[in-house]
Amino acid sequence: MTSLQQALAKGEFAVTAEVAPPKGTDTSEMMENAEFLRDKVHAVNVTDQQSSVMRLGSLASCRLLKEVGFEPVFQLTTRDRNRIALQSDLLSAAALGIENVLCLTGDYITLGDHPQAKPVFDLDSVSLLMAANRLKEGYDHVGNQLQGKPHFLLGAVVTPGYEPMDLQLLKMHRKVTAGAQFFQTQAVYDSELFRRFMEGAKDLGVPVLLGLVLLKSAGMARYMNKNVAGVRIPDSIIDEMNNTEDKIATCIKITARIIRETRELCQGVHLMAMGWERYVPDILMEVDVQI
Amino acid sequence: MIITKAKPFAEILHSLEGEKAVFLVGCSECATVCKTGGEDELKAMKKRLEGERVGVSGWVILDPGCNLLEAKKEFRKAKEEIARADSLLVMSCGGGVQIAQEASGKVVHPANNTLFLGTVERFGHFKQYCSMCGECILDLTGGICPATRCPKGLLNGPCGGAKDGKCEVNPDNDCVWIEIYDRLKEIGRLKEFLASSVQVHDYSVNTNPSTLVLERDKARSDNR
Repeated sequence: MTSLQQALAKGEFAVTAEVAPPKGTDTSEMMENAEFLRDKVHAVNVTDQQSSVMRLGSLASCRLLKEVGFEPVFQLTTRDRNRIALQSDLLSAAALGIENVLCLTGDYITLGDHPQAKPVFDLDSVSLLMAANRLKEGYDHVGNQLQGKPHFLLGAVVTPGYEPMDLQLLKMHRKVTAGAQFFQTQAVYDSELFRRFMEGAKDLGVPVLLGLVLLKSAGMARYMNKNVAGVRIPDSIIDEMNNTEDKIATCIKITARIIRETRELCQGVHLMAMGWERYVPDILMEVDVQI
Repeated sequence: MIITKAKPFAEILHSLEGEKAVFLVGCSECATVCKTGGEDELKAMKKRLEGERVGVSGWVILDPGCNLLEAKKEFRKAKEEIARADSLLVMSCGGGVQIAQEASGKVVHPANNTLFLGTVERFGHFKQYCSMCGECILDLTGGICPATRCPKGLLNGPCGGAKDGKCEVNPDNDCVWIEIYDRLKEIGRLKEFLASSVQVHDYSVNTNPSTLVLERDKARSDNR
């Protein structure tokens, strides 16, 4: 059982944070960023060519992190691989000792840096969860028996700020049926909206980690409101960032406040620091979360 | 219908380099509706080519451009004009270009790019509603196709990317999953969708190149 799985099973407040593999082979910055998270989070979540930008692979990065003592979460998207490659990468992950997997569809190809590439999407997040779940049971997607079966903790994502919310809950329901064991959310800055979302999600009985992107500036917040689907940062937070002389302290304060407000509603938090990993420990200290 | 778009004239001209005369082939159906291979377009092409010192030995509009027997029949009638041409410039879909090649044995050049299987919204407005996947699930999705109208072809519900009901890939388009959701609610079929098994497309039903031959006996009995 992975330590993330243990934390969720015991009802501890689970903490994960994201790191991004580099574009290239120099992993020093990723490893340095991860170092700030050591002993502060249950697992380090490694993105899979996020925003459809070609990078070092999530699986190789997960293994590098594991070798120096981190517990990784392998993000796996269906954008670039068909069902044969997806299942093979899942088996590869298990063989390399990587057992937390976050199953995603992935951003569309044209949003990234290789818009000419062929979009695969052979499976989607739901059918990927189903395929991964079958591997856990010892069978591949078409029912062939495996020689040695993997163990996985299967995660999925959900966007609480999506309109209509009920449709997002419907998809979430399908993901649970297919095998999702935990969820991390798209960034939410509106505790009231998150309360309503969790009201709808609680019958599913699956742990949810609130997602938060660390806001570095008012400009970044406005950019996210304009460009990132399902994210709504209230004006009051943008004003706070705008009026501060110390953006770092304000970022820590805002993030900690949202965690405090939502802590009783969910089972953990997923922090997307985007280069500000060094401030994750301050945030966690502020809300008195220890792993 | 098959939606086509004319290639840039410079590209067509480049493909005809070194040729003195071409024979033009149009299509009475899809390419006529798309304004890429009807009588007007063939006449305009003739004029433009002649302006660039490329002769046009003749032209024919096949009915339709993708029918081998029709092409053979019409090409026989235009045998001499075709013989005088270095090549055929085919103003139809990619299917029509290949049929022209097979029926004539001549060098062929495409004048169009073939885009998608389209529905006609109104004159000159085409939309892709079907991607001919070979495994129709419209019964489950309220008569609205997610395999085609969601850029990711998601079969089990929406991604999280819609903003104000619009698709993140092309904000001109409504998110098709919101449309499906609204429609399923309207016709009382949401429960059926929720209870349905995980949808996975079987690509083995439609491997390239596809062929279909109607069984004679079956065709007869169905006609009875």
